[in-house]
Amino acid sequence: MSSRDAVLARIRAALVDVPADEAVDGPRPSEASPPRARVARDAVLPLLVEHLRDYRAVVHEVAPDELAGALAEALRRRGCKSVIVPPGTPVAWIAETDGIELLDDTTPLTVDRLDAADGTVTGCAVAIAETGTIVLDAGPGQGRRALTLVPDYHLCVVHAEDVVASVPEAFPRLDARRPLTWISGPSATSDIELDRVEGVHGPRTLEVLLVRPTPGR
Amino acid sequence: MSNGSAFLGLPAFPGAAREAVGNAQLRHNLRKATHTIRSKRAAVVGELDDWEELRAAGKAVKDHTLRHLDHYLVRLEEAVTAAGGHVHWAADADEANRIVTELVRATGGHDVVKVKSMATQEIGLNEALEAEGIRAYETDLAELIVQLGDDRPSHILVPAIHRNRSEIREIFLREMAAWGEPAPDDLTDEPRVLAEAARRHLRKRFLTAQVAVSGANFMVAETGTLVVVESEGNGRMCLTLPETLISVVGIEKVVPTWQDLAVFLQLLPRSSTGERMNPYTSMWTGVAPSDGPRNFHLVLLDNGRSRVLADEVGRQTLRCIRCSACLNVCPVYERAGGHAYGSVYPGPIGAILTPQLRGTTSELDASLPYASTLCGACYEVCPVAIDIPEVLVHLREQVVEGGGHRAERAAMKAAGWIFADPARLARVQRVAGRARRIVPRRLPGPGAAWTDTRDLPVPPEQSFRDWWAAERGRPTTPRSNP
Amino acid sequence: MRVGLFITCVNDTLYPRTGQAVVRLLERLGCEVDFPAEQSCCGQMHWNTGYGKQIEPLVRRFADTFAGYDAVVTASGSCGAMVRDNHPKAAARAADPTLPEAVAAVVPQVYDLSEFLVDVLGVTDVGAYFPHTVTYHPSCHSLRLMNLGDRPTTLLRNVRGLELRDLPGAEECCGFGGTFALKNPDVSAAMCADKVRHAVGTGAEVLCAADNSCLMHLGGTMGRQRSGVRTLHLAEILASTEEFPA
Repeated sequence: MSSRDAVLARIRAALVDVPADEAVDGPRPSEASPPRARVARDAVLPLLVEHLRDYRAVVHEVAPDELAGALAEALRRRGCKSVIVPPGTPVAWIAETDGIELLDDTTPLTVDRLDAADGTVTGCAVAIAETGTIVLDAGPGQGRRALTLVPDYHLCVVHAEDVVASVPEAFPRLDARRPLTWISGPSATSDIELDRVEGVHGPRTLEVLLVRPTPGR
Repeated sequence: MSNGSAFLGLPAFPGAAREAVGNAQLRHNLRKATHTIRSKRAAVVGELDDWEELRAAGKAVKDHTLRHLDHYLVRLEEAVTAAGGHVHWAADADEANRIVTELVRATGGHDVVKVKSMATQEIGLNEALEAEGIRAYETDLAELIVQLGDDRPSHILVPAIHRNRSEIREIFLREMAAWGEPAPDDLTDEPRVLAEAARRHLRKRFLTAQVAVSGANFMVAETGTLVVVESEGNGRMCLTLPETLISVVGIEKVVPTWQDLAVFLQLLPRSSTGERMNPYTSMWTGVAPSDGPRNFHLVLLDNGRSRVLADEVGRQTLRCIRCSACLNVCPVYERAGGHAYGSVYPGPIGAILTPQLRGTTSELDASLPYASTLCGACYEVCPVAIDIPEVLVHLREQVVEGGGHRAERAAMKAAGWIFADPARLARVQRVAGRARRIVPRRLPGPGAAWTDTRDLPVPPEQSFRDWWAAERGRPTTPRSNP
Repeated sequence: MRVGLFITCVNDTLYPRTGQAVVRLLERLGCEVDFPAEQSCCGQMHWNTGYGKQIEPLVRRFADTFAGYDAVVTASGSCGAMVRDNHPKAAARAADPTLPEAVAAVVPQVYDLSEFLVDVLGVTDVGAYFPHTVTYHPSCHSLRLMNLGDRPTTLLRNVRGLELRDLPGAEECCGFGGTFALKNPDVSAAMCADKVRHAVGTGAEVLCAADNSCLMHLGGTMGRQRSGVRTLHLAEILASTEEFPA
């Protein structure tokens, strides 16, 4: 007998008390309770900002037409000379980055090039207010996972339309088949006396540009 | 459950705990750390007014999955395979170690980077790889501290919780050079500086690693997605940069659907690190084109879990999501420390999981179900509502049925005989009452365990039942049982 | 209201004053109190130590002894919890097929003293007088299994002359745990030392709880240390009056 068959046989033998007709694919317990409205709609964006800051992310709120300027300003303030721009990044975002080298990852950059870059600019798939979380799904304008991992600085553009209130609301918007990275603040550790310290292996600075809703939409 | 050799031949819990209780530095470190995380957890759990509903949902999802575990594992296997991953099944620790060793050998590499994983600790993977000439580098900060210090883990979330900052500084200064990038000479004991030293120590290793070994916090049967929850980014490094990723995961880690995962991503971080969300969570499904490892292997580990599943009371233990909230509130863990539990799983969850995985034949394992006052603090904080006291008592019955302790068995029998008949009880009470003037300050033998630190209660001249009979004129003793 | 007093074997043998206090208190509040002498022990020590399969006769005895009372009142949180939570479990696997029904009939009538006072009698001021400083240890089974909540402290706050002092780390176990105190004496003593330090630190004259087993452990330690703090069961403070001081 293969180990696969042996393990499955042991499991089936262990479950003799479970009635053979017990439904496997009934209503999911997680769906039985309706999505909770813990956060009022107009409180969602302020809560995201508060919770991002709580875990030491730097946050700026900008109007849509201020984005290019704010993005360039953030990179200059940080002193970035070269930043990675994932394939599919809207040209409008990077329109004012004169003097900063933009590294294109269409042909994958080597790990050493990633390590030498001053930072990465991305969008995101979803952001979650209740937890201060940004989710990347490696889609256009986000790129492969290594881009937001190796450089020490991550500048992330979040559109108000992509912000949900709670964790359960994020799941239907995400495709499990894509590689997903959930980011809540810069990397951190509590391994020394359970004292939280920001900045270990991942980017030590996370900066977020939250683009307010387009008026009239 | 075979174990890392580090845990072989350890004394039973009471003896090991005695040493820990006497170690003032350890007591101080543990008290500070557990009380810090306790209040952080309470604060973020308090933010959600539907915590109890979430907890019930977590319990329900896990129970449902366990009752149909074969079904969901087969679905998971199909989904992972369809997404370009390879699934292996390991009946026990030896088989899992053999599979991983062969997979690493096939890559031609001689070292691996590791994401913190309880399953690989449980099977003693690092030692097994070492014996085959493959070196495993732990990359989680606390695991690194344990590995560099040639130490044993003492906590599920923070394996080096028993070390304070100055001890960690000394370990880094002394040991880092032998494992790679040395610690800087001007290293201080500031946590920020120590974290920076770990970053520098591991940086090059991450960027050049060819093979990574991880566990997983969750696996989604519906989609074949694996999930690793972490803080430092070492997990992302291991899961993203190498060519080959091998994940060793206990069979109980599967959840049915994508949406089910939402329940646990709310329960776990708040229970574990006391955060609304941990800094990084990685989710991957098989192999992604031009992103991350090109080879992905999932090793599904039984190693005693199917035996736990067969016990209808013990089965709930498999709901555990390894958050360690039970350790952080346990008054026994706080004083005894993690090493006393003689397993990679310390604290209340270890006291029920280890004896079920390993059996209760050794003196150590048979002592674990008794390493609790049954105070219930663990059950109260468990995010998947494992009734740890209930399982402890259940396992105590197994220890007793396996032979137990002869003197204790005799004492219980005698007590049962007295309580079976109130007339007998009344006679015993009167004898005790007459002997009240000669209650000793210290008892010999097992009784010394009480009188070493406490006075004995002095029996009253008259028991309650004799007082009642005298005052209320009822018969002193009821009819004796035949 | 006809109340059956479930005294518990420890109180019966070692702490008759607690039982006497319960009788005095309940009679003062107008209850008819009976002590059915057929009672012995709830089986908690056996159950918690792994000898649960031996307690069937004790479960049967309890169910028969206390059948038919309007309420069964106990002054031990852990014994009350044993009956409520574990007698049904023990009955479910008993040889006697009629036991589950007998247990199910009696369990809903079982109350801890403070529960009975607050929930059944609807009293939070029992007319007691106790001119002393007191700190209250909630004890684990009273707190987490009987879910007594703030009933005991509400009752204490309404005692005339009594000053209640908050006990730091109140919800933490005192380290008794039945046979735990003998099987793991070092950890037990370390837990007790912390609890005693907190209690003594409040400056209270009396350490109060709703479970004499915990108080035996705490009082035994404080006695050995000559701390000067005395232990008293909640019932004794609530029964205390100017005429009959505790």
